[in-house]
Amino acid sequence: MNMFRRLKVTMGAALAVGLASTLAVHADEQFFPLQSYRVGPYAAGGTGFFGGFIDYLNLINIRDGGVNGVKVTWDEGETQYEVERGVEVYERLKSRPGTAAWNPLSVGIAYAMIDRITKDRVPLITINHGRTDSTDGRVFPYVFPLLLNPYSETSGMVNYLASREGGRDKLKGKKIVVLYHGSPYGKETIPIYKLLADKYGFSLEQIEVPHPGNEQQSQWLSIRRAKPDYVVLRGWGVMNPVALKTAQKVGFPADHIIGNVWSNSEEDVIPAGDAAKGYIAITTQASGAEYPVLQQVIKAVYGANKGNLDDKKRIGSVYHNLGIVNGILNVEAIRTAQAKFGKRTLTGDEVRWGFEHLQLDPARVEALGAKGLFHSINVTWDNHEGDGRVTFQQWDGSKWKVVSDWIAPDWAFLRPIIEKSSTAYAKEHGIKIRASGEDPVSQ
Amino acid sequence: MAHLARTKTGRPTAETLWIGIGIVVAYGVVPFAGSDYLLDAVLTPFLVLALAAVGLNVLTGYAGQVSLGSAAFLAVGAYAAYNLHLRVPGLPLLLDLVLAGGIAAAIGIVFGLPSLRLRGFYLAVSTLAAQFFVQWALTKFGWFSNDNPSGVIDAPVLRIGSVSFTTAAERYVFSLTIVVVLTLLTLLLLRSQSGRNFIAVRDHEIAAKVVGVPLLRTKLLAFGMSSFLIGVAGVLWAFAYLRTVEPAGFNLDRSFQILFIIIIGGLASLRGSFIGAAFIVVFPLLLSRIGAALLGRVFDSGVLEMSQHIVIGALIIVFLIAEPRGLIALWDRAWSAVRPARRPTIPT
Repeated sequence: MNMFRRLKVTMGAALAVGLASTLAVHADEQFFPLQSYRVGPYAAGGTGFFGGFIDYLNLINIRDGGVNGVKVTWDEGETQYEVERGVEVYERLKSRPGTAAWNPLSVGIAYAMIDRITKDRVPLITINHGRTDSTDGRVFPYVFPLLLNPYSETSGMVNYLASREGGRDKLKGKKIVVLYHGSPYGKETIPIYKLLADKYGFSLEQIEVPHPGNEQQSQWLSIRRAKPDYVVLRGWGVMNPVALKTAQKVGFPADHIIGNVWSNSEEDVIPAGDAAKGYIAITTQASGAEYPVLQQVIKAVYGANKGNLDDKKRIGSVYHNLGIVNGILNVEAIRTAQAKFGKRTLTGDEVRWGFEHLQLDPARVEALGAKGLFHSINVTWDNHEGDGRVTFQQWDGSKWKVVSDWIAPDWAFLRPIIEKSSTAYAKEHGIKIRASGEDPVSQ
Repeated sequence: MAHLARTKTGRPTAETLWIGIGIVVAYGVVPFAGSDYLLDAVLTPFLVLALAAVGLNVLTGYAGQVSLGSAAFLAVGAYAAYNLHLRVPGLPLLLDLVLAGGIAAAIGIVFGLPSLRLRGFYLAVSTLAAQFFVQWALTKFGWFSNDNPSGVIDAPVLRIGSVSFTTAAERYVFSLTIVVVLTLLTLLLLRSQSGRNFIAVRDHEIAAKVVGVPLLRTKLLAFGMSSFLIGVAGVLWAFAYLRTVEPAGFNLDRSFQILFIIIIGGLASLRGSFIGAAFIVVFPLLLSRIGAALLGRVFDSGVLEMSQHIVIGALIIVFLIAEPRGLIALWDRAWSAVRPARRPTIPT
């Protein structure tokens, strides 16, 4: 073989290898763009949630070599929970190949993305929060408020208070104050509390705490004047410990304060110290690291020094576990879609199909090593929430203790309210309402 | 810097040539060559904040009235345009824009009244009232956001006649045109007697009064004009950039951001407003991209974000020590070093 031919062969081989590897990179990766926030007033939530999400994605890559061999990848952009930065990160990362889904964990950013992701045909996941009427998949084909939308959460909390009082009829004449965060997230439940107050006959007062909520003296003084039976804390970030401490100052008992799903973490109660003892909060996912999936994360991910949390004590905390559950739901949606479309990089539309068929019964949840961590989910093409169950936990001064069964919100009561709102949205925006899951998604 | 094109009368200079090239690039090249990211996430917010800074510069840089309420007027513009669009069917977009600016101007004039009695820091504190009052009113009364439970508004599609601006490039061209036109109009105002009155009031209020400058009219005109420009910027922010708005997006931080743009860019300089906006909007993004590319594997995004703040803060201090009159003075010095024979002109 002369020099020239040898060169030619080598170059050909190199080209072939190079081509194969580029193809391989594009053929078996699924990308998660992360609009995380590790700085600013809500960093505790951001680091815990995105830490858990990344830890689970790492587990899938390390333990299973990806989802059926398709590696999951991700990239982070810092948003500080600000809408403009969230939009900037969206525009920056949206053209990456193989984008699976967006998980912003911010109602404000999610609102700004609804039009954009619908146009770009990629799912938007708002686990445990988001725009309530996006539960209606007929109108919002790409938006998924998984496990718990704000209305279900409200209904679950009122059901819990009813059970504590000894029945729904006992709520009559009771007084409930809702202390909410002055943001789109905080205000989302104002109308549903009013409806439930009318339905069950309790009297209601809703008081706003301006963002970020580190000054609540006047709000708690009006609570003291109102003498309510319960205070519902619909807080976020620094607002929560400040609320608990101020409640102690004005002498309101902690065990009559019920926190919502964004007021339920260790980061909310530990800074409040003594004042948080006895405080009760709703959750969709229990805390603790005893679940098999958490044990695997500790062994495979943190063992390999690839864990995302700086402070290992936060493994198994509420936000970290929510991130893990979010990881499970995203990965299982991809797996579901792969069963139909093939074990390859999926398009955003195919992943949407996966989310619309994301059905994990308690047996499957157990197989995933998450029994007790969360209950189950049953997403369909028109119900994008998936009937998540809730439970209640009480802070004993050092850890959360579950104090109720898995409670179901009043879905039958909520659905017509949601549909009314979503059809109004469809009309306003000229969206064609889908008649079945196989319907082509209109733009 | 497109507005300068028509300011230098007489023979064409190298500067007018550059400005011509700038306009050709801004209209002829950028919309076609720029990526969606560049247009939607960098250039559009840059243009909008530059317009807001032009507005604040009229008030603070030229007329010498310090204001901390810019974000409030952005909000007034955005919500006014939204409500006009919603409640007056068939209202043309451009008229909507002008009316929204007019409403912002009216509210600006009301909050400008204390300027007749207050000066300096005291006036700054009284404009804070606008900041807090507007945000409170928009949150408190659901009517402003059409009773959306979250208080968030969805911006309508931009449409003039049968032409709609739906892609990133189209929204960019829309914003660019509005910003260029309004900047030119501002320039005309500043070169008129009113503009000279602004400067007289800023430099020595009593002397201005003695030579017959009508203080009341001048100050209120400055507040009205400034709020009009900021109000229109608010409409662009809501309709062309974010396409959704919540009152919290117009908080005090945004007011400070606009104030910093004009201080860093250069007070009493329209070009400075643009350079300052570029520094505040584009530079952090650039830094974060470079940081993520170089160190993304080593540190997480939180650490990078923190270090970015430190770098930007340090740079601001360095710039202001090197040139307290802002980046535009640095620019002019560099320019005159290249062209020493240039005649001094009135800074714009």
